[in-house]
Amino acid sequence: MSEIRSELKYLSSHEWARIEDDGTVTIGITDHAQAALGDVVFVELPEVGTTVNAGQEAGVVESVKAASDIYSPVSGEVIAINERLVDAPETINSSPYDDGWFFKVQPDDLEELEDALDAEAYQASLGE
Amino acid sequence: MLNQTPLHAVHQEMGGKLVDFSGWSMPVNYGSQIEEHHAVRRDAGMFDVSHMTVVDVRGADAKVFLQYLLANDVEKLKANGKALYSAMLNERGGVIDDLIVYLMDWGYRLVVNCGTRAKDLAWIELQAKNFQVEVQERPELAMIAVQGPNARQKFHSLLSAEDVAVVDALSVFSGAYLTGARSEWFVARTGYTGEDGYEVMLPEAEAENLWRSLVNAGVRPCGLGARDTLRLEAGMNLYGHEMNDEVSPLVANMAWTIAWTEGRDFIGRAVLEKAKAEGVRDKLVGLVMHERGVLRDGYPVLVAESDRQGVITSGSFSPTLGYSIALARVPVEVGSSAKVLIRGKEVQVDVVKPNFVRNGKPV
Repeated sequence: MSEIRSELKYLSSHEWARIEDDGTVTIGITDHAQAALGDVVFVELPEVGTTVNAGQEAGVVESVKAASDIYSPVSGEVIAINERLVDAPETINSSPYDDGWFFKVQPDDLEELEDALDAEAYQASLGE
Repeated sequence: MLNQTPLHAVHQEMGGKLVDFSGWSMPVNYGSQIEEHHAVRRDAGMFDVSHMTVVDVRGADAKVFLQYLLANDVEKLKANGKALYSAMLNERGGVIDDLIVYLMDWGYRLVVNCGTRAKDLAWIELQAKNFQVEVQERPELAMIAVQGPNARQKFHSLLSAEDVAVVDALSVFSGAYLTGARSEWFVARTGYTGEDGYEVMLPEAEAENLWRSLVNAGVRPCGLGARDTLRLEAGMNLYGHEMNDEVSPLVANMAWTIAWTEGRDFIGRAVLEKAKAEGVRDKLVGLVMHERGVLRDGYPVLVAESDRQGVITSGSFSPTLGYSIALARVPVEVGSSAKVLIRGKEVQVDVVKPNFVRNGKPV
C-alpha cells in the first residue's frame, strides 16, 4: 500500500501538486507511481522560464522498466526545477513527496487545481 | 489463477513484488532492481527459476532423436553432466525455443522456457512419435540460480565436504548430482547473468530450505527484472525478443549453435542451408547510447548504409555501465554507428558486438 498525503492534490496520471505558502505550486510523482515504475534512471524536466499547461506533457521520467510522460496539474511559468534529480534520479524512489519533487510553477490560475483529485479521490482511483 | 512456484510464499514474506510472468506469479524485484543487479555483479544473488520447464528424455533412441530435434548436436556431449545450448527449430527454420540440454547417465535433460512450455511439449511429443524415446516433464523440480563472483563459495558453505568436492570439480557448462541426502539435487555451473555460479535443480519440498539457507549465507534474493538486465549486459538472447518462430537463428547471433555435422539431418536444416548459401540480410548487434535516455524494445534503428530499418529487440538501462544498451536486429550493411528513433527524435548510437559486460567488467 503506497503513501498518499492528505494535503496534496493529485492527477489520475499519478502526479501530485502542493500549493506553497507563497502561492507557487510544487509538482512531483506519487509514491504509487515511483513504485510502479521501479528504479528511476533519467528525468527530463522542463526548462526554467518556460510555460507549462494544465493536463499537458511537461517532462519524462524513465525507469529501468519504462518511460512515462509527466503532466502538469496547473498552467503557469516554471520557476524552479529540482537539479538534484539529474545526478540522483533515484531520489524519486526514496523520497517522492519531499526531496524527489520535479519542478515549481508560478500558476496562472490556482482554481485550475480544483479539478484535480483530493487524497481520498486519488486513493479511490488506485483501487488499493 | 496464476501458477506458483514452491517459493511463492517466501517471495511474499521477503517483500517480492509479484507480477504475471507468462502465467506465473513471479517476483520482478524485492525493492530495487538495480541493487539486485549490482549484488549479482559484485557479490552474490539468487533467482527462483522454478517456472522454467524441465523435460527428461530417455530411451534407446534418445541420442538420435535429439540429433534430429535440435540444431546443435548432442554428439558434442562427451561426459555425463555436460551441457549444450541449442535452438529447437521448426520446418521453416524459425526458432521454436532456445534451451539447454544436459547429458545424464540415464539420458538427457532439457531445460526450456516457461512461456513456450505448451508448444515445446507438443512439438517434442509430435517428433518423438517416430523414435523409441520416453519424454517426461518434471514439474515437481524446483530450480534456483545462484549467481555472482562469490556465489559458488557461498553455496559451498551449505554443503558437505563430499558435495563441495563434487561441485568444485565442475567446469563451466557442466553439472552433477550431489551425494547422500541430497542425491536428487542436480547442480550445474550455468546461468543467465554473465557471472559465475550455479543453477540447482532439486525436489520442490527442499527449495524453501535452500532459499533461506542461501539468504543466511549472504546471497541476495533477486527478481526477474535484474535477471533481464544482467542477461542483456551479457549479450544473451531472450526468447520472444531476439528470436521467435519466424526468426532464423542465423540472424539472431546463434549461428555458432548450429552444428553442420556432415550427414546429420535436423529439423530446419534444409531451410537454413539455403538461407546461408543465399546470404542473410540481417544480423544481431549491440547498441550503446551515451546520451541521456533509455533504448527500448521495438524502437526503430535507422541504418545509413541500408534502405531498410532495423529494430531494437531488447533495450534497457545498463546498471553496470550507467548508460543505455540494447540488442537490435539490423541490416548486415550496418557500420559502426546508427540512429535510433526515440519518441520522434533521432539519437546517435554506437554499433558494437552484442556483449557488454562479462564477469563484472565492461567488455
